[in-house]
Amino acid sequence: MTLFAEILIAFFLVVSGIFGLVGSFGLIKLGETMQRLHAPTKATTVGVGGVLIASMLYFLLIEGNLSFHELLITLFLFLTAPITANFVAKTYVARHLKRHDLPETGRAHGWSIYDDPPGRSEDE
Amino acid sequence: MITAALVFAFGCYGLGLLFNLWRIVNGPNSADRILALDTMVINIIALLILYGILRGTAVYYEVSMLVAMVGFVSTVAYSRFLLRGDVIE
Repeated sequence: MTLFAEILIAFFLVVSGIFGLVGSFGLIKLGETMQRLHAPTKATTVGVGGVLIASMLYFLLIEGNLSFHELLITLFLFLTAPITANFVAKTYVARHLKRHDLPETGRAHGWSIYDDPPGRSEDE
Repeated sequence: MITAALVFAFGCYGLGLLFNLWRIVNGPNSADRILALDTMVINIIALLILYGILRGTAVYYEVSMLVAMVGFVSTVAYSRFLLRGDVIE
């Protein structure tokens, strides 16, 4: 039972290490900024999730006490990773792309970088 | 076996930190530098949890939770500053 638990924890640790390394390597490998946004926000999040699963299994199976702190950290990281990616993408678009470089949105309102959100102009 | 896997994961995340540092030093624009800093914070969270497994204590969860919160707030504040010229409008 202990050997099985050790194999499981070591498997999660190795997989998460490889995922984290791939995520950070994609940051220097990919060419454009918008392509570079893919690697860290996905692969590194999966890597940290694997580390947290390994930590939870270690404290449950080896030490013998269950803790829920890891679930809090996982929830926080999974909530904040898309918001961070959205903000970085908006920063890049606002700094490097003009209005005529962007495609049409197909809606009544334009891109949020250049146009006010719906209902904003009536309030002010 | 767990110790060997821990050493492997430490090496992977340490190498990842070096890659992030390379991107911070010669990133072409500021969005790249924000992204590299955010990835660096995530790698540091993973390193803190790995160190907690190595020492067998549960103290480092609070540390990693605080690092996650501060990292998210700093990333959003820096992006907001570059977007609007102001952090809090």
